[in-house]
Amino acid sequence: MDTTIANSNFKSEEYFINMGPQHPATHGVLRLLLTIDGEIIKKVEPDLGYIHRSIEKMCERDSYQQIVHLTDRMDYLSSHINNEAVCLTVENALQLEIPDRVKVIRTIIGELTRIASHTLWWGVMGMDVGALTTYFYGFRDREMINDIFEETCGARLTMNYNIPGGLMFDIHPNFVKRTKEFIAHFKTKLPEYDTLLTGNVIFQKRMKGVGVLTKEDAISFGASGPVGRGSGYSCDVRKYHPYSALDKVTFNEALKTEGDSFARYQVRIQEMWESMSIIEQLIDNIPEGDVQVATNAVIKLPKGEFYQKVETARGELGVYINSTGTKNPYRVKFRSPGFSNLSLLNHIAVGGKIGDLVASMATLDLVIPDIDR
Amino acid sequence: MDLMKDFKTEFMTNEALQNLISSWIPELEFTEEGSQFLNISVKPEQLHQLLAQLKSNTETSFDYLFCLTGMDWGKELGVIYHLESTAHRHIIVVKVQTEDRENPTFDSVCDIWRTAEFHEREVFDFFGIKFNNHPNLKRLFLTDEWEGFPLRKDYVDEINMVIK
Repeated sequence: MDTTIANSNFKSEEYFINMGPQHPATHGVLRLLLTIDGEIIKKVEPDLGYIHRSIEKMCERDSYQQIVHLTDRMDYLSSHINNEAVCLTVENALQLEIPDRVKVIRTIIGELTRIASHTLWWGVMGMDVGALTTYFYGFRDREMINDIFEETCGARLTMNYNIPGGLMFDIHPNFVKRTKEFIAHFKTKLPEYDTLLTGNVIFQKRMKGVGVLTKEDAISFGASGPVGRGSGYSCDVRKYHPYSALDKVTFNEALKTEGDSFARYQVRIQEMWESMSIIEQLIDNIPEGDVQVATNAVIKLPKGEFYQKVETARGELGVYINSTGTKNPYRVKFRSPGFSNLSLLNHIAVGGKIGDLVASMATLDLVIPDIDR
Repeated sequence: MDLMKDFKTEFMTNEALQNLISSWIPELEFTEEGSQFLNISVKPEQLHQLLAQLKSNTETSFDYLFCLTGMDWGKELGVIYHLESTAHRHIIVVKVQTEDRENPTFDSVCDIWRTAEFHEREVFDFFGIKFNNHPNLKRLFLTDEWEGFPLRKDYVDEINMVIK
């Protein structure tokens, strides 16, 4: 047989391309250096720092009240929970007794934040894999939560509602009514998410068996949140280190054992049900009382080291404060969930196609300012 | 909280942890002062051995490195490892430090916990601490041309980028 182009021995060659920093699927300024052979991924190397603001260094010059306001610029979709993490660290260090009313309100808003984050994730994840309708459904429902926040805190995204010692001010009189309205609304809408996307065969083919992460690797890479729980790794901080009013509620930790993109997807859908259940347990029983305890205008933490874990919508956020007893911290470290979750992207993407990388990244639910800090 | 019941049986108190770990390496220093966790100070040359054993020993089983912090104590540079056991749910903190500010070097723990790869690069980027046997030790956030290590306490912020 004559040698033609079709049966000659082609040699494939590796080459690299940039994905980002302005790529729509990275949802922010993340640059990935992809080494590929044809469409098969050989290596993914994230290049970070495009939105690095050195929040840890800025914390060293700021007072403890000011630090709270820097944290909602990290994972802006979990802004309330980030604020809460710093406040809890400071309150524990000062051994402040926080009123039950504050704890319950913090937990309700925290869970609303989680639902808002997951609805946005669901919308943009559908869009990443080619289902544009989800975007509008997700944003429609998230809008109701943002309206609740706006009424109570005056802000829709970076809420700054927590302060060391409690809350800025009491909840709006409409808060309980509108939260209940949202829960009633969302209970009819969340099943639509399944009808629209979860059962879709094309969607499932894009998700199942893609970006598989084993439980051992999840722990070794420090995965947390839905990424860890999609691999059967029970890691919910709300269960193991409950804070605020989370020890007073019952809920199931969403767990899946497959470890693929579809498992991580299902975990987040189930988490929205669980968050609604937590809110329902608390919303009718918000205790009366103060929403602040008095703190000094200049807060000085005692000498020592303080650590607090919380569960944001993305996973485990850790706040480490090292104090020398002055009004500024000596060192602050934020252990962000996105940072560790990104570190495993290379591991789950190698061997797959570029399209699979987009699907895997979508279910890691990365927020770039959370990674860069 | 049914989950927690199973862990209670294998959860080790700080005292039990201290007794067990001090039997491995006698020179370790333990303290609980100023911290909610048990803190261990270890010499750089014993760091890797200790951390590997903390993970592999079935009683301690610290398989989750949840935080790795670079630190400048003024005179010394060092690293703080926060470890948790996902099976037993006890937590421990390991600290290592060196007075060598010119060429601070510790052994990498990437081979024990893979999450350390990114965390150690971050520490290298901001503190200039090097890690032996790290597969890809280079700056993570800052550009390669950046001079100095901004989170060190003696860093001079000439153009007032951060400190006003």
